[in-house]
Amino acid sequence: MEQATEVPLKKTPLNARHRASGARMVPFGGWDMPVEYSGIVAEHLAVRTRAGLFDVSHMGQIEIAGKDALAAVQRISSNDASKLAVGQAQYSGLLTEQGTFIDDLLVYRLTPAHFLLVVNASHIQKDYAWIAEQIKPAGDAVAVDASSRYALLALQGPAALDVLQPLTGVDLAGMKYYWFANGEVASVRATISRTGYTGEDGFEIFVPPQSADRVWQAILESGKAADVIPAGLGARDTLRLEAAMRLHGNDIDETTTVLEADLSWIVGWKKDDFIGAAALREQKANGVTRKIAGFEVLDRGIARQGYDAYLGDAKVGVVTSGTQTPFLKKAIGMAYLPAAHTAAGTEFDVDIRGRRTRARVVPMPFYKRQRPERGA
Amino acid sequence: MELAGDRGKVGITDYAQQQLGDVVYVELPEIGTKLKQGQSFGTIESVKAVSELYAPVTGEVVDVNAALKDKPEIVNADPHGSWMIAVRLTNAGESDALLDASQYQDLVK
Repeated sequence: MEQATEVPLKKTPLNARHRASGARMVPFGGWDMPVEYSGIVAEHLAVRTRAGLFDVSHMGQIEIAGKDALAAVQRISSNDASKLAVGQAQYSGLLTEQGTFIDDLLVYRLTPAHFLLVVNASHIQKDYAWIAEQIKPAGDAVAVDASSRYALLALQGPAALDVLQPLTGVDLAGMKYYWFANGEVASVRATISRTGYTGEDGFEIFVPPQSADRVWQAILESGKAADVIPAGLGARDTLRLEAAMRLHGNDIDETTTVLEADLSWIVGWKKDDFIGAAALREQKANGVTRKIAGFEVLDRGIARQGYDAYLGDAKVGVVTSGTQTPFLKKAIGMAYLPAAHTAAGTEFDVDIRGRRTRARVVPMPFYKRQRPERGA
Repeated sequence: MELAGDRGKVGITDYAQQQLGDVVYVELPEIGTKLKQGQSFGTIESVKAVSELYAPVTGEVVDVNAALKDKPEIVNADPHGSWMIAVRLTNAGESDALLDASQYQDLVK
């Protein structure tokens, strides 16, 4: 029986453009999103060798401002925001008291007392409600769900700089990785950030929703000679997995701690109290019993999310992400395994639909770009 | 399925490969495997998902297309040419009820 209370899917400002371009659309986190245009493999390879353009306007934006905004961010975000200069961004976690992930996010410092948090699409309301409540003790700071004020495009790949530079007065080569600047793109007011979720050099571009289509078209036009193509969420997922970037809902969630996810670098260990600090300090002192590990499948087969991991006859863990990657042309993935069995070279089995298949722990990331970004 | 006498070559349709997206893995049965109509005889995987392959007829697998092991992407490029298994039909009446390509096109429109 169909549910009578089905919520209609939300649409980004580029929805009509995607449909007119023949993208295959799927529901994702409550949004009607393009999963692929020309094909996941073609789009993945375009980003690794040229550039691809993604619509990631479904991502949420929460702003925190006020005299005590830094203290507020420090309380709810695991990383140390005091290290951010104005114009700089960092990856971080929004944690429970247990040190597990409500969400992961990017924290941008817009001014000394004004921060922009970029969160996952499906958690915007949950995150906002949590943040608004949790920053109350921090003093003079307010949180605003500003998601509807932003469209977000991601131009990713080695050609990204050359494609975007003609459209903006911002000196892109002078922008370091995880820094951002305000300016314009194709005469549209924009914030340009040297960040991304693909393991490739590239930029994420915040623009007003009503101008998103103009910027989208201008970037594709500028990228025509370099054969830049639009790319969907399918390629975004395989690209981020090759780069070993965790996906909330797969690799991290409210049952996995920052240390189990092997992300201790996003914890500001030296800063004052923050939500989850006590649990993480205790776990750091005692050690974790399970930990995320990257693996390659040695036999034929693809180990996918939810498949069980075995050491001998004992079920010891679970695959959280896995696919056949288009660029490395291997079946790779991430799995939680007993911490003692996460050293590179350790072998284990994955139950692929009833068949035990050999896999080996390998260092992450699986893919690392060769050239550092120019100017950075 | 392409039928010649009591032999049928089984593949997937153009519509199915379009729905799957880029095919990256095909797992096929051993020669000699006996199949019932509607039974799963293997799996086909795209980047995003796993799908079962179902036997359109009852019979015995007499050949498998080994080329798909190393080049599964040919399923996308030429679905009707990329057969997966050849089956010797043991229940000839079954094939009469199958749709031909144009009937199938009408069905998935």
